[in-house]
Amino acid sequence: MRLEYFQMLDRIERLDREAASIVVHSKVPRQSPVFEGHFPGHPLMPGVLLLETMAQASGYLLLALDGFARMPFFASAKEANFRAFVRPEADLIVEATRVHAGSGYSVMRAHISSEDRRVSDASMTFRSLPFSTPELEQHVRREGARLGMIAEGQGAS
Amino acid sequence: MSSTFETVAEIISSTSDVALDRIKPESHIMKDLEVDSLAFLDISFEIDQRFSIKLPIEDWMQSVNEGKVKSEDYFVVGSLCRHIDKLVAVAAAA
Repeated sequence: MRLEYFQMLDRIERLDREAASIVVHSKVPRQSPVFEGHFPGHPLMPGVLLLETMAQASGYLLLALDGFARMPFFASAKEANFRAFVRPEADLIVEATRVHAGSGYSVMRAHISSEDRRVSDASMTFRSLPFSTPELEQHVRREGARLGMIAEGQGAS
Repeated sequence: MSSTFETVAEIISSTSDVALDRIKPESHIMKDLEVDSLAFLDISFEIDQRFSIKLPIEDWMQSVNEGKVKSEDYFVVGSLCRHIDKLVAVAAAA
């Protein structure tokens, strides 16, 4: 994780196309400017960044299911819960599942666990749109490769 | 059993904070009921779930944007209900 770059995911552990689900590992960094403000003397992963982490796992799942043909944009979050403090250096397991594939949109459920305890969960909706720029598409594909997604048929498939 | 209109009106009202008595078969969902595109995603999701169909929203929007049809053909409540009934019939026959 590099919080200040919104790089919330480290490695895809499992991608199940049939079940439309993904499991991703992330490790909260020991230090980040984010913790200087959130909070002095009591560093905590902000809830909005946990939500962003779930959104990114959901987004890469949708990219994989769609063959990186369209960009999923985070449109809404419902019932987002932050159930426990997440501190620096926490290992996070992020799981996301597509619960409905609509016409041009998808509804997702996701949760984050740490040390076998659920720390956050949410329902989210994504709109899928054509990539607006080549740069965006290249960035997303590069990130997919970094996460192990492009090497399909191997560890991440 | 509720009619398609009653079910759709209840979905619109519960997902968009539109008073149920404002929703008429002739109401345009966006223009009259002021439902925005994000709220319409919630409505589409609920309709898909309740009727076990998939509203082809993208195709509809493309047809409207290309000027092939008027938005009233899909996004007036009564028109939407007729499309839902057709999709339900197709799904049942499949």
